[in-house]
Amino acid sequence: MKILVCMKQVPQKDAPLKLNEAGTWIREDLSYEVNEPDAYALEEALRQKEKHGGEVVVITSGPTRAGQVLREALAKGADRAIHLEDNAFVGLDAFNTARAFAATIKDEKFDLIFTGLQSDDYGYAQTGVILAELLGWPHATIIMQIEKQDGGIRVKRELEAGYFQYVDMPLPAVLTIQSGINKLRYATLIGIKQAKNKPLRKVTLAEVQTAIGGNLQKIEKLYIPQKTKKTETITGTPVEMAKKLVEKLRNEVRVI
Amino acid sequence: MILVIVEQREGKLNRVSWETLTAGQAIAAETGWPLEAAVVGGSLGALAAEVAGKKVAKVYAIENPKFEPYTPDAFAAGLKQFLSAKQPKLVLMPHTYQVRDFVPKLATAMGRTVISDAIGYKKEGDKLVFTRQMFQGKFVADVSFTGEPPWFVTFQNGAFRGDKVEAGANPAPVESVAVEIADGGIRNKPQEVFKEAKQAVDLTQAEIIVAVGRGIKEQKNIEIAKQLADALGGELAASRPICDSGWLPMDRQIGSSGQTVAPKLYLALGISGAIQHIVGMKGARTIVAINKDSEAPIFEIADYAVVGNLFEVVPPLIEEVKKAKAAG
Repeated sequence: MKILVCMKQVPQKDAPLKLNEAGTWIREDLSYEVNEPDAYALEEALRQKEKHGGEVVVITSGPTRAGQVLREALAKGADRAIHLEDNAFVGLDAFNTARAFAATIKDEKFDLIFTGLQSDDYGYAQTGVILAELLGWPHATIIMQIEKQDGGIRVKRELEAGYFQYVDMPLPAVLTIQSGINKLRYATLIGIKQAKNKPLRKVTLAEVQTAIGGNLQKIEKLYIPQKTKKTETITGTPVEMAKKLVEKLRNEVRVI
Repeated sequence: MILVIVEQREGKLNRVSWETLTAGQAIAAETGWPLEAAVVGGSLGALAAEVAGKKVAKVYAIENPKFEPYTPDAFAAGLKQFLSAKQPKLVLMPHTYQVRDFVPKLATAMGRTVISDAIGYKKEGDKLVFTRQMFQGKFVADVSFTGEPPWFVTFQNGAFRGDKVEAGANPAPVESVAVEIADGGIRNKPQEVFKEAKQAVDLTQAEIIVAVGRGIKEQKNIEIAKQLADALGGELAASRPICDSGWLPMDRQIGSSGQTVAPKLYLALGISGAIQHIVGMKGARTIVAINKDSEAPIFEIADYAVVGNLFEVVPPLIEEVKKAKAAG
């Protein structure tokens, strides 16, 4: 099976985020990491390839720094990578990102495309589904298991409140992958070494410019959420804080 | 026109539908745009009439056997036909797993966009902006539409009060709508919906919950959270990453993919407060958060905030709880 994995670089979970001066985006001088569900999507693609043979290709869009997620993916076992490299890709909405990806891969024949179920920065949960529609392919979201069968695949979708559902679908297809579908591997030293010789195709903004258009939605303003709740901060040494908290639990919350 | 598409499963309205209808009523009141609603399904029975009892101008009953069982192909095809004919300005839906499965496809098929998982809206002059969380809830963004309507918006579970939905003075008219879905147009074949295993723990009934997140660092550290839960007489729970790692079973997971709880006390240890977790516990009467990161989003909804290392705070807390209990 030939599988494409769409990956995104996002701010590190613990990274302190600051707003830019215009209040429209974050300041980008911070540490980044791979979007967590995308790491699971890559792992699943590698496992499918190990079972059924084929090729795993990884794709991302973003400035030079975003290439790090591709290098890590190559080190873990992906065969080649595609980097849509330009800072302008950061500001594209999900529709345009999907259009740029669709244009980039139009001459390839993938059986499956994986994305993480959503990104930790925007959290739109849309790019994979939009990509499927642009390609005219079926899709399924929030996938916890993939099995190849005659004429297609059987996937396990996660639904709300602990419910699941198996869905049979033909190939090619787009799947959005849920965190926890598998156990992530680490890159090996030999993998890191081999990654340096694997093909990495760079795509400029100009190459996909005709495929994309103006964004259909715009972030007017980004800001720290206004508190709707009155929070009482408990201070002191750990023992003092423990004492104060128990007093609250006893006298105000009344659970002790 | 504002159109709210409510969600139903097996003849019952998903109660988040009332929240979306409340949002629709509020936006209608502010913009003066008429509000209509649509119910979609294989066989709707009395559902349209139930929605028509609320303050809406009209209810569309969009029925086709091909809507059962749910598939994104049928929903996108059927709703595209209906929306292309009706041309509403704004289309509102709850941000459920089902909606997020088909609405980006539907909007794309119409050359439109979705502002997904919104938590509110504002009318600024003539412009409607929708607020949504970004960066796992650390920031909020005001987002506007720059393209043509229909504009699609999905609202997060709990963003509006479903119990505040206004009833209508008279039942609204119900119009049956037929849509055509081509044979062979549905590619996915869904099987029966099932529950993995019997839930061993019903956290929804717990009065006190001690929940752990990534801040617990290692599996062996779960023990101190367990001790605190035991001291308080509560249940142990966790955010998704902890269950993904296998440190606690999946049936102890709180959040959009786990259980939704509303205990008297929710004590969050090392939980940053990603949106997917918050939606499962924000209904708690009292929320105590212990986290070393003072900017963790969990503090936004906490009643009591302890900014500190949980490994230093929890051991004395266990002792103090025991002492207080012993003292009666």
